[in-house]
Formats: sequence, C-alpha cells, structure tokens
Amino acid sequence: MNPQTPPKKNSWSWRSQAFRGIVYQLIAAVAIAAITWFLIHNTLVNMQARGIKSGFDFLSQAAGFDIGESLYPFDSAQPYWEAFLIGVTNTLRVAVLGIILATLLGTILGVGRFSRNALVRGLCLSYVEFFRNIPVLLQLLMWYVILTEVLPASSEAWTLGPFFLSKGGLNFPIPVWSTGQLWAAYGLLPGVLFGWAYRRRAVRKFETTGKPGSMVLMPLVIMLFASLAGWALGGAPTEFNRPIKGDFAIENGGALTPEFLAVLMGLTLYTASFIAEVVRGGISSVARGQGEAASALGLNRNQEMRLVMLPQALRVIIPPLTNQYLNLTKNSSLAVAIGYPDVVSIANTALNQTGRAVECISLVMLVYLATSLGTSLLMNWYNNRAAIKER
Amino acid sequence: MRINKVKTLAVIAATFGTFAALPAHAGKTLDGIKARGQVVCGVNTGLAGFGAADSAGKWTGLDVDICRAIAATTLGDAEKVKYVPLNAQQRFTALQSGEIDVLSRNTTFTLTRDASLGLNDTAVTYYDGQGFMVPVKSKIKSAKQLKGQTVCVQSGTTTEKNLTDYSKAAGLNIKPVVFEKLEAAENAYFTGRCIAYTTDASGLASTRNKVAKDPAEHIILPELISKEPLGPMVRRGDDEWFAIVKWTIYGLLEAEEYGITQTNVDALKATSKDPVVQRILGTSEDTGKLLGLSKDWMANAVKATGNYGEIFERNVGPKSPLGLPRGVNNLWNKGGLMYAYPVR
Repeated sequence: MNPQTPPKKNSWSWRSQAFRGIVYQLIAAVAIAAITWFLIHNTLVNMQARGIKSGFDFLSQAAGFDIGESLYPFDSAQPYWEAFLIGVTNTLRVAVLGIILATLLGTILGVGRFSRNALVRGLCLSYVEFFRNIPVLLQLLMWYVILTEVLPASSEAWTLGPFFLSKGGLNFPIPVWSTGQLWAAYGLLPGVLFGWAYRRRAVRKFETTGKPGSMVLMPLVIMLFASLAGWALGGAPTEFNRPIKGDFAIENGGALTPEFLAVLMGLTLYTASFIAEVVRGGISSVARGQGEAASALGLNRNQEMRLVMLPQALRVIIPPLTNQYLNLTKNSSLAVAIGYPDVVSIANTALNQTGRAVECISLVMLVYLATSLGTSLLMNWYNNRAAIKER
Repeated sequence: MRINKVKTLAVIAATFGTFAALPAHAGKTLDGIKARGQVVCGVNTGLAGFGAADSAGKWTGLDVDICRAIAATTLGDAEKVKYVPLNAQQRFTALQSGEIDVLSRNTTFTLTRDASLGLNDTAVTYYDGQGFMVPVKSKIKSAKQLKGQTVCVQSGTTTEKNLTDYSKAAGLNIKPVVFEKLEAAENAYFTGRCIAYTTDASGLASTRNKVAKDPAEHIILPELISKEPLGPMVRRGDDEWFAIVKWTIYGLLEAEEYGITQTNVDALKATSKDPVVQRILGTSEDTGKLLGLSKDWMANAVKATGNYGEIFERNVGPKSPLGLPRGVNNLWNKGGLMYAYPVR
C-alpha cells in the first residue's frame, strides 16, 4: 500500500488557506480604502463646486456663543475647539454618572427579581416592564416636563435647610475652597493605606481562623477618620458658599440644572431596567445546585447571592452590560431635545454658525466612536479578568 | 480579529458615505421646476404669520406667500408649491444639497452665511431685530434687568450669538438655555424654566400670539439688540434662478408702489396707460422674457398673493392676529426701508 503523502504545503500557493485568507483580506481592505477615498473626494469636489467652505480651520476661531452649563468656566471669546471640549465633558459627566447609578439600581432590581417576597419581586418586574418599554426620548421629555412644570418658580423654591429645589434646578451649598480641604485630601491618603492594611488583615484572619472580621465598615471608618483628622489639622474650615434666593433666581452655591437632572434621571432609570434584565439573566444562568450547595454550607440567603451566585453570574453579565453602557452613552445625545449642552447640542450650534456640516458631524461621530471604543476596551479588560481561568 | 477590523472600517466608510451622498449638480433650477411642475420651498416648521400649516395642512404666512408668488411667476400657478418644513439646523443643508429650490424661512442674511455656505441672499422680505419677551408678573421693564438670568433660545440661529454679544457688551452674564426645536424653547419659557425668551421681534409676537395661554401676560421688552434682515436664499451657481427669486420680490414691492393690487390687477392689465404699470404687468415690454418667464409673470404673482403690502397686511400686519406695525418694512417713499430696483 502506498502511504498517502500529505500535499506539500507551500505558503505561497493558492491551495493554502492561510494564503487565500490574506489575499481576500487585502482585496477587501483595498476596496474599502478606494470607496472611502472616492466618497471623501467626491464630497470635497462637490462642496468646492458649490462654493461651500470646508476644513477644520474654524476650530481655532472664537466660538462667539455662551454655554449654559460647564464643568469649568467658558467664555464666548474662546475658540470652537474649547466649546467642543465643554460639550464632550458635559456628555461624559452625564454618561459616567448615569453608568454608575444605572449599574447600582439595575443590580438591585435584577437581584430583587429573585426575592422570596412576592411584593418585591412584583415591583421589580413592573419597574422593568414599565421603563424598558417606553422610548427613552419620551422619558427624557417626561422628566424635563415634570421638573420644569411641577416644581415651583425660583422665588418660591422648596427649601430644605441650605438646599433649594425649583424650576432653576437643585441648588446646594459648596465648601469654599481653602487649604483645609487640601489637608482633608492629604489625610485621606494614609487613611486609604491603613484601611487597606486593616482589610487585608481581616481577610487573612478569616481565612486562617474562620472568624469573620469587619471587612468593609472598619476600613471605611478608618478612611473617614483620617480624612477628618487632616481637615482638623488644616484649621477645620467650615465656610460654605450657600445658595441664596435672589429676585428671580437662586444665586451662589452649586447648582444642578433641570436639564442635567432630567437627562441623568431619564438615562439612569431607562438603562437600569435593561441592566436589571441582564443581571437577572446572569443569575439564572448559574446552576441551581450552586445555590443549594451554598445553603448546605450554611451560608444565609444574602451570603449565597453575594459570595456564590453573583461572582459566577458576573461572567455572563459583563458582555451584555458593556452594550448597555455603550447605549447609555450614545443615548445621551438625545439630551439635545431638552436643552442640555452636550456635544451634539454644541456641534449643532457650531454647525449653524459656521456652516461646516460635514466637519461638525464627523467630530461628533469621532467623539462617540472614541468613547464607545474606550468603554468597550475597559469592559473587555474587566471581562478577561472575570472570565474563568483554566489552570 | 482581522475580520473584525475590516468590519469596523466598513462601518466607518459607510457612515461617512451618507454625508458624501450629495446629489450631483442638478443643472438649471428653473428647468427642474418646470419639469416637475412644482417649486420645492423650504419653510419654517411652524411660526405663525411667517410659515405655518393649519389643521387642514394648508400653509400660510409671509414666507409662504413668497413661495406662492415664485410659483406664480415661474409656473403661472401659486398652488404648485411643495412645502418642506425645516428647522434651523436642517435649512442650509437642505438648500445646499438640492432638496429644496428656495429657502423662504425667516433666515437672517449675514456675511458668514453669504460667504461660506455656498448660498446667495436674494432680497429682504422682512426687516427685523432681536428682542426679549418676559412675563408681565416678573416686573422686568428693560433687557438691562436680565443680569445673571436664564434666557431660553433656539440653537443654531444668529439669535444665540447676538444674545452672547449683548450680554457681554452690557455686562449682563446671561445664562442661555439652548433648545434644538423652536417648540421646545418656547415651551421651556412658558413653563418658567427661563425668565425670558429671545428671538426676532416678529417671532416673539408670533409666539406670544399663538402659543401663550394669555398673550396679555407677556410683554416684549423695548430693546432690539440686533439687525435681522430676513429673506429667501438660493444656491450659488444658478444666476438665472437667483435673478428670478430676487425679481419676484422686487416685483411685489413695485406692484405696491404703483398701486397694483390683487383686486385691480386684471383691470389695470386691460386698461392702464401708466408705462410703469404696463411694464410690470407685461402689457407693453416683455419683462418676463429676460428672466426666462412668461410675459405676464408679475401679473400672475400679484393675482395670486397680492402685492407686498397686501401680503404683509394679511399675515403679520396690524389687522392680523400678530398685529405687527409696518414700521421699517414700509416702502421707501413712506418712511420705510423697502426699496425695489426698478422693473424695466
């Protein structure tokens, strides 16, 4: 019998799968590059033929418009690119806060779906069904209308101590910046170190002796105490910039505008319903025996969820959770409908002042592309960490 | 992994592609209009008195009547108009890309727009200025009292920049709350989110009249903080069409100046011995021929919409719901700024 000789593998041969793969991908890449080039070229030629000015040079010109709210001061004499930056920070502010709040709320709701209390289960279910099934734009508008329609005018603001709630938003006192606050930050540093060391010790003690120590509360107390000590060393400043009622508006202090609050509430409550479903799905995916095993070990219901179910569910939860984070960030572009100066709103204004439609839209696309890729990179890294490691 | 990268690239390319998909130059705008039998006219999404659709879907307003006059001069029938409602963001792109033939949507002529958008300003149909509206109960009597206040404004308009300029020059530190949609900006003002609402004075009058529950509860402050010459725009590169739109407006002004009205236009056409009237109505020289239009182009327009004065009275004038005074929008020989080049 002739032993079958395997065909000779030549990596430059058309019969080699690897070689064919490279060729196909090269062809695809060239085709895409050509199409992209054609589209860009065509756009530029057409715009030139119509006498439409193009280019990104406008970014360095003075913006000439004010922005209602920003994390740091903005003046209309500053250039367009700084106005864009304000828009990006406003978008990120609402996205980051929204992601944190929606995750907390969504996890609670998702876990609540497994409660033994029928009322809690029912409430969580109705929350999810209600908020998940109403378009997010409507929800934003609804919160905005509630905030601006139901709340009293600034002159008759609802007052709770130094806090004011009115059509002008939520006004609150902010500490006047002094070295005291800096000292409090200095104090926090050793506090974190000590807290961390304490926690490590408690964990080790638990692992060796089985006696549970305080792993969360005491480290927190240590951090707080260290920070307070720093604050006291810094002269214990108690000066606050308190909001005061003016004739038409509330002046001084810090303020959250109704636009910001409405966007944050709308996005948080909407996304939380999806996250709740993701969490529920994740927990359901953990084998039933795991919970029974946890009970058999003598863990209570709370420990069972926290120590056995959730860590295993996390592996299933993270990928769809990433999608929800991306959705929340992208949905924040709807803020333009209720007057929150996010990057879309500012790009719209810039577009109209300068007429550079293609440029402004490309910039906005770039911003969302960058934030989405950044979020997904971060979450993929976390996903890799949480994934089962086969050893 | 490679496949994923390729996919990403494809998506990026496709999204950019949508912006590049502007149609190629359509040739003569007038030819297009004649071929399709319709003027496509960009108008406001809803500004009573200027461009708004009623419950039956019928468009009315000063800007709308300009569209109708253009349809009458070009096609001989004022009803052959397709209205495309546009908000402030969409309007220039719609015109640039050829989606509309003419933008008649209370748009301010400025240097930047004239020089960089690839568009041409035709002729002013309404001289306006930006003002403020406040609730009567706020007891504010002057814009100078708006120090540190919130003011609602629509985004992407000259209004937004004027507000900033004024706030800066007068040291007022006004906080703008900017909305994409006119309706949203108006609504935010009426719910009390802002102490004042700012836009062109004509727009304020329109909003106060049509949107406010009780117009008497709101006053328009005396200060006008800008000049706002409003009028239709057309694309650059089609000089014939530019001339047609411009001369339709001049013709309407000339008609008023020489006493040609909707009711007497037919009689004057038959009997008038005034050489100027004869020229305008095309009974002596053929003034339409030079524009590529029929001989009775202007007679058709006046018959359909009336002269400029009649259009003004019907839509925004003292007897209309808006009740705006004629003011600077009167003819040059009656103390106003409306001065048409002679039709000859």
